[in-house]
Amino acid sequence: MAAITFLEAIKQAMFEEMAADPSVVLIGEDVGVYGGAFKTSEGLLEKFGWERVIDTPISESAIIGAACGMSYLGLRPIAEMQFIDFIVCAFNQITNFVAKGHYLWNAPTPMVIRGPSGGGVHGGPFHSANPEMYFVHTPGLKVVYPSTPYDAKGLLKASIRDNNPVLFFEHKFLYRRIKEEIPAGDYTVPLGKAVVRREGEHLTILSYAAMMHTSLEAAEALAKEGIEAEVIDLRTLLPLDEETILQSVKKTNKCLVVHEDTKTGGIAGEITALLCEKAFQELDGPVLRVTSLDTPVPYAPTLEEAFLPNAQKVFATAKELARY
Amino acid sequence: MPVTESRRKAKLSRQQYLDLYYYMRLNREVEETMTRLFRQNKIVGGLYSSLGQEAISVGTAYALEKRDWLAPMIRNIGALLVKGVPPRDIFTQHMAKYTSPTKGRDGTSHFGDLENLHIVSPISMLGDLIPVMTGVAMGGRYLGQKIVTMTWIGDGGSSTGVFHEGLNLAASQRAAFVLILENNQWAYSTPVRRQVPLENLADRAKAYGIASYIVDGNDVVEVYTTAKEAVERARAGEGPILIEAKTFRRRGHAQHDPAEYIPKEQREFWEKRDPIALCEAFLLKEKLLDAKGKKEMEEKLASLLEKEREFAENSPMPPEETVHGGVYCGGDDCHKIRPKWERPIAEVMPPQSSVEPVWKVEGFGKGKSSSGKNAPIHFGDVQPEHRAQEPKGRAVKKSDRKPATKSAKKGGR
Repeated sequence: MAAITFLEAIKQAMFEEMAADPSVVLIGEDVGVYGGAFKTSEGLLEKFGWERVIDTPISESAIIGAACGMSYLGLRPIAEMQFIDFIVCAFNQITNFVAKGHYLWNAPTPMVIRGPSGGGVHGGPFHSANPEMYFVHTPGLKVVYPSTPYDAKGLLKASIRDNNPVLFFEHKFLYRRIKEEIPAGDYTVPLGKAVVRREGEHLTILSYAAMMHTSLEAAEALAKEGIEAEVIDLRTLLPLDEETILQSVKKTNKCLVVHEDTKTGGIAGEITALLCEKAFQELDGPVLRVTSLDTPVPYAPTLEEAFLPNAQKVFATAKELARY
Repeated sequence: MPVTESRRKAKLSRQQYLDLYYYMRLNREVEETMTRLFRQNKIVGGLYSSLGQEAISVGTAYALEKRDWLAPMIRNIGALLVKGVPPRDIFTQHMAKYTSPTKGRDGTSHFGDLENLHIVSPISMLGDLIPVMTGVAMGGRYLGQKIVTMTWIGDGGSSTGVFHEGLNLAASQRAAFVLILENNQWAYSTPVRRQVPLENLADRAKAYGIASYIVDGNDVVEVYTTAKEAVERARAGEGPILIEAKTFRRRGHAQHDPAEYIPKEQREFWEKRDPIALCEAFLLKEKLLDAKGKKEMEEKLASLLEKEREFAENSPMPPEETVHGGVYCGGDDCHKIRPKWERPIAEVMPPQSSVEPVWKVEGFGKGKSSSGKNAPIHFGDVQPEHRAQEPKGRAVKKSDRKPATKSAKKGGR
């Protein structure tokens, strides 16, 4: 067991899947010679060759379209978006072509669309996006957003093996900042399953990706004040693990949702509605949320810090919720 | 648009001539049956006509082999019929019946068949099929299947962004892909002259460094022989090929549109050039078909379509409960996904690449139109011969420039 970074976990998952299954190919901008803008595909070209590691022109729609076409032949393409912000350039191809194929004409589309997402690295308005909710609203897609190296590797492997189109977001703040010991050899983490990261009885904090770590940090501070928060890592946003969410909220009776995505239309609203529908009687207080502001992601560090959620904001809101 | 001599002389077998004629007739009869169904309120949504454009759908699809892949657009019912789709599938699709290929979930030509017929379903957004069929060609090459892929785009659809992205990717990958640009001169109500400042839409091919052809889209033999040549060149590894087929949309955008914006003279000109009438006159003149044969074919068509229409009309609508499910593939029980390898697996497993990660592709940057004086210099490329020979400072004489031929034009080296 060796401690590896989040970035290394992504690289290992792709390498191992490509080595085990010749139907797995990688297509994207600068994924071959350069090894990817973040070096997640470094060494893959040398190992697997031009046929399987495909550098493309700057054409996101064409990348997604071509990956979709390859998947129709039973291949399992991984399409990389250099920064996930650019995924919206291929929005039509993803939401209309890729997502609807199985429902309309029984065409499975086993492909993964992955790329670096998220803010906190001063990437500015076009290199910091969290576009997950555009796609959570699209039936036919699966949306995965891991928070740890172990999960990143296991979930990416499961995504590649899934028969459906999976959008796999990699929070780039985590790429080199966290390390985790992971077991040697093959393992997967199932899609659609949340996990309890910290047990607690006073309130539930639901989160994912970089904000999961922020939530854990806040939970430690809350514990010092005698408030035991249960922190749940959603891991997959579509399909959402309703069972784990409901089980926790029925225990704690209070729920706070923390995400880096902006507030309006973020998954916190969806979860609030879910709790109203299925656990209203169990709630002792309002469902609260800590999210980014409803603005584009600003560039200046001072502004970005004000824009993003942080442990203090989570702590303050959780304390407020605990009073109910 | 005169037909070039070489194609006029192209000799097809009697069966091939008759097949082309038969499928055009079938294409038209299927659509006329649907027009009647539409007027009886039995077609649930819109109905699009390819009246006068049958030679393109039929002639191009007829150039494909069974293993090849196609993806139709809305006016390519004929291509589906040639590929082996039974008319009942087209009727049930339009009538939203439970027996339709999509079980009533979509209409028109929006259905496909990955397993047997190798058809990819279109969507309504124009141009999206171009990168998708490029991907099918790339995947087929990797699997060793030696397939060619084909799709169609209209004059209107050729202005979309994904047309450019897709065709450029196909060109950069040298994908075995043939794109038929069906120029019927009208994008809904907007004439091609107001969309694109080009005499020939085939000129777009130059921008991608790929070969192109221009054909008379109402001459099925010319369409077929050209498509056949293009398919063979693509299969041989020459990269994607664009064929512009000049034609005319004789009905409105769809049934609801009387198309009063179309000048009378234009309509009359093209009505005299009906592709089926032209083909029939040729077959009769060449004694490939006689009155008796024609009658037999018509009887065969009538009885087939009667049967197929009845099947569709007697089919149920999808039961309400089927609205659920089908959004996701449920794994192996739903679809066993197994690529069909037609090359020795030892070539790819275990991975044994010793690729040097250097960006170097043979012949790249010397595309079909980038040669000559204005070809870009690619560092690392061998200096092209013509450049080495070219004396410095020589002015290009007017006589060196070949006049562009307006009629049939063949791109390529």
